Amino acid sequence: MALQNPFDPNAVLHRCSCGQHTSQVEHELAQTEALNQRVIQTTVMKALFPEDAERRRFLSAVGASTAWAAISSIVPFGTLEAMAQDKGAPEKKDLKVGFIPITCASPLIMADPLGFYNKEGLNVSMMKTAGWALIRDKVLNKEYDASHMLAPMPIAISMGIGSNAAPTNVMTIQNINGQAIVLAMKHKTNRDPKNWKGFKFAIPFEFSIHNLLLRYYLAEHGVNPDTDVQLRVVPPPEMVANLRAGNIDGFLGPDPVNQRAVFDEVGFIHILSREIWDGHPCCSFAIPTEFVKQNPNTFAALYRAILKSSAMARDPKNRPIMAEVLAPANYLNQPKAVLEQVLTGKFADGLGNVRNVPERVDFDPFPWYSMAYWILSQLKRWGYVKGEVKYKDIAERVYLLTDAKKYMAEVGQTPPKETMKKFKVMGKEFDPAKADAYVASFAIKKV
Amino acid sequence: MSKVLRLKAALLSLLLFAVFLGVWQFATQAKESNSLAGASAEYAALMGKGAEKTDGFPPPAKVGRAFVEYLSDPFYDKGPNDKGIGIQLAHSLARVGLGFLLAVIVALPLGFAIGMSPLLFQAFNPFIQVLKPISPLAWMPLALYSLKDSSISGIFVIFICSIWPMLINTAFGVASVRRDWLNVARTLEVNPLRKAFLVILPAAAPTIVTGMRISMGIAWLVIVAAEMLVGGTGIGYFVWNEWNNLALPNVIFAVVMIGLVGMGLDLIFGALQKLVTYRE
Repeated sequence: MALQNPFDPNAVLHRCSCGQHTSQVEHELAQTEALNQRVIQTTVMKALFPEDAERRRFLSAVGASTAWAAISSIVPFGTLEAMAQDKGAPEKKDLKVGFIPITCASPLIMADPLGFYNKEGLNVSMMKTAGWALIRDKVLNKEYDASHMLAPMPIAISMGIGSNAAPTNVMTIQNINGQAIVLAMKHKTNRDPKNWKGFKFAIPFEFSIHNLLLRYYLAEHGVNPDTDVQLRVVPPPEMVANLRAGNIDGFLGPDPVNQRAVFDEVGFIHILSREIWDGHPCCSFAIPTEFVKQNPNTFAALYRAILKSSAMARDPKNRPIMAEVLAPANYLNQPKAVLEQVLTGKFADGLGNVRNVPERVDFDPFPWYSMAYWILSQLKRWGYVKGEVKYKDIAERVYLLTDAKKYMAEVGQTPPKETMKKFKVMGKEFDPAKADAYVASFAIKKV
Repeated sequence: MSKVLRLKAALLSLLLFAVFLGVWQFATQAKESNSLAGASAEYAALMGKGAEKTDGFPPPAKVGRAFVEYLSDPFYDKGPNDKGIGIQLAHSLARVGLGFLLAVIVALPLGFAIGMSPLLFQAFNPFIQVLKPISPLAWMPLALYSLKDSSISGIFVIFICSIWPMLINTAFGVASVRRDWLNVARTLEVNPLRKAFLVILPAAAPTIVTGMRISMGIAWLVIVAAEMLVGGTGIGYFVWNEWNNLALPNVIFAVVMIGLVGMGLDLIFGALQKLVTYRE
């Protein structure tokens, strides 16, 4: 029995095939658990009673339930089951993980040279990829087992907007902040967004936090992103070349592309993305739901590796070393001097100032539901999603917050207790509980 | 006389190359950028002053260094995203070879049939005319979506773009075999199979090989673009990867390598063409 597509209107989600569980998912889980228990119990009984005849005599003498109680008092079945579920050998060891060469991918890349994947028994090939659309296609084609994705992408793919619907999950957020609005040098004196009508901006992908943040920023300044400016999709690595060629006036792009534009003296950093929303998610580590279901142990192993790597990347002490490891052609293929400025937060802004913003980028892995809520609210605001949006449903299906908590605890990290938090975007508070009212409150929108 | 002429031509080629290098060197001479005048030393350091930077068009010496660096170790393998130029070229050639071979397998028999039968020619003609001018890269999204594999898609694109010149040339060559020869064959009551292989094939061979030569040229043009799109391996990916880093010396190096390999492929088919050409 395959897992039903939760986004199929005809699928029955609140009943299962045997009728005892509230959903097919629970039914499947219960079956797997029961099977696991049986396997472990059989193993223990075999070890205790090498002879089948002996076991029969014992069971008929004391009765099955007494035997069960007696044995479970000395053998910790529960713990054994938990171990079997979690630390089991990965079903699939050789994995292909896609990434775009930007600093957002640091945790998932760093886990390779640091051996975090190897320690979990995984053999991961890191595949550099030319653009987000290609990442999406290669994940949908199962060429990649898991991949670096923009935080809104798994939501869009799961809902089937911009592609076929294929349930995809966010395991962790790769990075928060770490993006910037960069303008061409010729706009040095034109810093007021109100004068930006007619500009051409590059964004990395339609379903990117960059698109949503840039739209938000422009709209807050009275510029309608759909009618007053042109937004072009340009893969991040090609943004600097386009800015140099004068094809675009600026972009809201990921690092190190922003810093590279400064380094090559073709642009300057107008604002950092944290000045729009401090703590916004950017990229995520995404995995198809089908893969999780078929390879639960590989999934757990990947989770532990990524979480450890994120924790490593959060420590400011490690940032200069990271710049060194990420610079070569196999990973980001960028000058070390650029990566260092991005990761340490001490950087040249292109206008002659040295700025010191240690929190320019951070690698907090926790996939807050509230992040998904905000993304959905903006997708609705700009007409990517039509009709009523089931915020709770989608957020909880796509963002694996419960698993994140579980595995964070397992590797000795302390996850937050809540699943949502309120935050401010350009001074305006977002309350996840009132997402629809939030959408309605904007003057510029496309609903 | 022809020896002297060849020597003169070679000398002129060398002279042209020297002039080209000279102009290049002159045009790319380092200009002192004073955009940082007045900025603090710390800012200048962050902007990479004093260190070697990659901006601006590189002078010949820098490109020369890229040549030496890559050609001295053409087969290194530092992980899935960083391989030597030899390995990249081998990947591209393998893709082109496979796609081209498939195209030959389809185009030659089909071209033969179309050339020999006016009915088939009329029937196929509209399809060929519509499909021929489609840019190979326009096939890419369709191929990726339906074949669900990027390397097979690459091979498919090579196949679909190299099939047309071969098909058309084969059909044309077969159709324009001299009537006299066919009539002689008929007079001698040669069976159709023998006629096809001993009369038509040799007669049409020069045209067919010309079609193959054009196809190979196109295939080699397309592979670079296709690999820039799908990435992973190959010379096109190499160019894309170095472009990301705005490392122009390496891009120029790759461009020259693409040209050289393309010339090599063309020479092979040129030799083949000489082999099958006949004088009436």
